[in-house]
Amino acid sequence: MRLEYPANIKVIRVPCTGKVDVIHLLKAIEKGADGAYIVGCMEGECLYTNGNFRAKKRMLQAQKVLDSVGMGGQRVQMYNLSSAEGPKFAAYARDMVEKIHELGPNPMKLAKEGKAA
Amino acid sequence: MIVASPKPIEEVINTVKDCKKLLILGCNECVTVCEAGGKKEVGILASALRMYFAKQGQQILIEERTLERQCDHEYLEEIRDIADTYDAILSLACGVGVQFTAEKYLSTVVLPGVNTCFLGATEERGLWTERCQACGSCVLASTGGICPVSRCAKRVLNGPCGGSTKGKCEISKEVDCAWQLIVDRLTALGKMDEYEQIAPLKDWSTDRAGGPRKVAKEDVQS
Amino acid sequence: MSLKTDSKLEKILRAGHLAVTSECGPPRGTDLSKVEEKANLIKDCVDAINVTDNQTSVTRMCSLAACIKIKLMGLDPVLQMVTRDRNRIAMQSDILGAAGFGINNMLCLSGDHQSFGDCATGQNVHDLDSMQLVQTVRHMRDEGKFLGGGDIAGPPKIFVGAAANPFADPFEVRVPRLAKKIAAGAEFIQTQCIYNVEKFEKWIGLANDRGLTEKVFILAGVTPMKSAGMAKYMKNRVPGMDVPDEIIKRLSDQPKEKQAEEGIKICIETMQRLKEVKGVAGFHVMAIEWEEIVPELVKGAGLYPRPEV
Repeated sequence: MRLEYPANIKVIRVPCTGKVDVIHLLKAIEKGADGAYIVGCMEGECLYTNGNFRAKKRMLQAQKVLDSVGMGGQRVQMYNLSSAEGPKFAAYARDMVEKIHELGPNPMKLAKEGKAA
Repeated sequence: MIVASPKPIEEVINTVKDCKKLLILGCNECVTVCEAGGKKEVGILASALRMYFAKQGQQILIEERTLERQCDHEYLEEIRDIADTYDAILSLACGVGVQFTAEKYLSTVVLPGVNTCFLGATEERGLWTERCQACGSCVLASTGGICPVSRCAKRVLNGPCGGSTKGKCEISKEVDCAWQLIVDRLTALGKMDEYEQIAPLKDWSTDRAGGPRKVAKEDVQS
Repeated sequence: MSLKTDSKLEKILRAGHLAVTSECGPPRGTDLSKVEEKANLIKDCVDAINVTDNQTSVTRMCSLAACIKIKLMGLDPVLQMVTRDRNRIAMQSDILGAAGFGINNMLCLSGDHQSFGDCATGQNVHDLDSMQLVQTVRHMRDEGKFLGGGDIAGPPKIFVGAAANPFADPFEVRVPRLAKKIAAGAEFIQTQCIYNVEKFEKWIGLANDRGLTEKVFILAGVTPMKSAGMAKYMKNRVPGMDVPDEIIKRLSDQPKEKQAEEGIKICIETMQRLKEVKGVAGFHVMAIEWEEIVPELVKGAGLYPRPEV
């Protein structure tokens, strides 16, 4: 399967989404990423039972923090799929890119370029 | 341990907004265990504040540091060389740590980043509950090991009051009635005869009522 | 019969009569004539009038001031005092003030938690608990001493009462706790409102078995229901209240305009039944903001006229 997904996404592999912490998501945004999303296994199908549930809670916490500082919590998201669902992976990527386009560029980038509001 | 919870970020922003250079200072003890002011929380708060101020177009240098303890001279000494290079230190330690830091570094503003809540235990991950109010004269020997001072909303020493319903406190169905727990425990221990001994008027002078307290252990003092 | 105080309530009880008390809630303001009005509604059919102390933690005129007003009307007030709002200095001080005005009765309570009232963010005191307050009053009266050990010039001659709630949990400590209150020095008990008569009878039966009812006068608490809505509210929302479903049904089966009448009927039936129960020394009729109904209840229960002592 050679599926196309947007080229502006950088994939970082982790052994389990349970490894992803709030600070990772925040750092991504702080460093200038327009968005960051976690793609985890289907809920209920985590090899480690609840790694993906943990990831989801952390993603929600990161959303809260980002909202509280006016960065737009929706810049971080989580999606779930099974490892056999390549097309879904690509669809999620397009979905995320679309969401980010709606939100506009990361204010951090603007700030660094001296165009802060 | 001492249980704390993070202050709302809006409140923190308001207290640090005039700084040019800020140190967020965590503590590796209690506040790390209750996930309010350890290294991890320092990182999250620092990141959030950097984003906030950058978005505001405000230049603030925010640095991170976490000490072994903020309630001991020796660990606090570790920031001796850098403390006065900051406009403010935002301490994520309990109220003790905040004050001890402030006492040590007189020329730097020291601000609290958490609310210090109570002396408690980790019920489960992410849930801490109160067990002790440090009243200074422990009554647990006569209450089946369950503290009415910290766990009864009216700190009734001869309970339960008339508001105890189905094991819960009158203030909330979420709160256990401490005296139900005491009675259950005394029953299990076969000590209900002790229940009928009236607890005498408590000496609260060892509590907050007596003013700031001190514990001295002369044999270990230098 | 040896009297410890000048309390009319004590005289009635020690003479072996069934006593009747009722209560007045002080106003949310400064108008003492409200107290007078309420007291006038009930004075002929009760022996003593309780004055509540910031009940449900809603701020009101102080119980002591309202008690003084009632005393000046020539009636016998019962000063309710909660441990929630005063430390031991303030309590001893108020006890002296009350006794100074000839107030002869006190009911010692811990008080509802402040979270129920209009100052939920306030501090509570609870320097003593209700049982220790009973001890304090007895100590001041019988030893003539302050808690601090000093002599009281003219100890307060106060007849000391406490509350009991037979319906709170756990049930198995409700009689032992009564025993504790008696050991602390309670001379009379006013109970929580009784709707579950069987449970009350079980409780007082256990108290009889332990000989407790010979050591203390138990006034059974009753409150007439104004409506099925009130019954449901008390069942579901008031901590430590036991309202059986059949009471709610009896009220709901009546059309709205007849529910108050049914409530009065239930209340009178309860009193009539409990009059015959060993250990019941009288009634505490709490007609919440419905003081005018008290005479009808007392008459209905065959407790009128009140004995002269």
